[in-house]
Amino acid sequence: MRGNAEMHDLVAPGSLGAVLDLLAAEPGQWTPIAGGTELMVAFSAGRLSASKLVSLWGIPDLRTIAMTPQSVVIGAAATFLDLRKHAVINAELPLLARAASWIGSIANQSRATLGGNLVNGSPAADSPPALLAYDAEIETISVRGRRKVPYSEFHTGYKRNVLAADELLYAIHLPRRFARYRQYLRKVGTRRAMAIAKVALGATALVEQGVVREIRLAAASLAPYPTRLKQTEEALVGRPLTRETVLAARRTLLSEVQPIDDIRSTAEYRRRVAVNLLEEFLLELRREGLQP
Amino acid sequence: MNAHGMATKDAPWPTIRFTVNGESRSVRVPPMKRLLDVLREDLHLTGTKEGCGEGECGSCSVRMNGELVNSCLVPVLQAEGADIQTVEGLALEGGLHPLQESFLQNGGAQCGICTPGMLMAAAQLLANSPHPSEVEVREGLAGNLCRCTGFMRIFASVAAAAGASEPDPAKEPVLSSKLEQTHHAR
Repeated sequence: MRGNAEMHDLVAPGSLGAVLDLLAAEPGQWTPIAGGTELMVAFSAGRLSASKLVSLWGIPDLRTIAMTPQSVVIGAAATFLDLRKHAVINAELPLLARAASWIGSIANQSRATLGGNLVNGSPAADSPPALLAYDAEIETISVRGRRKVPYSEFHTGYKRNVLAADELLYAIHLPRRFARYRQYLRKVGTRRAMAIAKVALGATALVEQGVVREIRLAAASLAPYPTRLKQTEEALVGRPLTRETVLAARRTLLSEVQPIDDIRSTAEYRRRVAVNLLEEFLLELRREGLQP
Repeated sequence: MNAHGMATKDAPWPTIRFTVNGESRSVRVPPMKRLLDVLREDLHLTGTKEGCGEGECGSCSVRMNGELVNSCLVPVLQAEGADIQTVEGLALEGGLHPLQESFLQNGGAQCGICTPGMLMAAAQLLANSPHPSEVEVREGLAGNLCRCTGFMRIFASVAAAAGASEPDPAKEPVLSSKLEQTHHAR
């Protein structure tokens, strides 16, 4: 059954303040829509349940990329093409630039927004592993004000998050301190272009004298929502990068993740690939440590 | 009932204005109506095709404010004030656009359903990168599926057109990422 445009209302108040007023006046009644690359697919297929939508497209305050000495602040409605074209993001946050290049095609990247990717909350989404590896922080906004939450605490369940009914995701803050970290991001899908991840792993790490000082590991499609792999991180911090450490980290990851069988892959395949990606990164770290 | 068999409600639809192929147009339609359907049904610009209807095949590609978009994923209200170019707007006064000529000469079109989208994606690519590498051509067209040609003649058509056209001095910033890294799995 195709979607019927007459069954849905869409308004474009045009300013952030007007959108927030609308959300506050009728909390939970309005569904924000930015570039439409998720909601319009549901609409076309006749499975868009939202009857009242409010457009965030074209609101200048939301489509920004700003820099402070400490962080890069990305407005929620910055598109993935905006991110790919940005010199500082390419230079300092290469994992995010790479993830942006994985989002569908150019025609998808010109409309799909970073905030939309996060609010939609697909466990397979491309940008979250990079954001988790970079310790991103989420800033929300409502008529009540703004607040910040670590991105690692943003998702609370399958397609669920901490946003209140009158709140919008406003900006994503990324610290600029990762230049000296080893960084890793790899996605495994059915083919190279235009494929949704079967599994993906992102990571940043600091290694000194062969010992892991700091590590962040983040995964797509290994849990109901994008997650840090904290137990696996704990199995690595403070340890020398020996064969035993790598094997122990593999075992921990296998016990920590909860992948499922679905149309794209199987739980078993996802487990095997995930541990192999982890090992690939750890062996890269070790090789690096062995170099004089 | 209107011409498209849909019941018209009492609620007046908003008037939405935009520019298509250089002409000012206005429509009164439900704001969630897809730009694709407005182009085809209300403006009778049927060059833009529907393939998948979910942003995966690129058949409905048009250029909106200088960016390539899938018109099946754009609610028409979001096109308010936009400058839109469809395949009908490619042809130059009195002749084909170099890309169209090149697709014709190089066998880049067979059944024709993907062709308008291919042309618009190629036009977008050449606007940003007048002399694209083979990798850039492949990435630029990665969102456009063809089930007839096997793509090689399409790539050749774009390359031939790029070779023939002059560099654009008002070149927009190109994607600086290392394509072999970013376009592929790592």
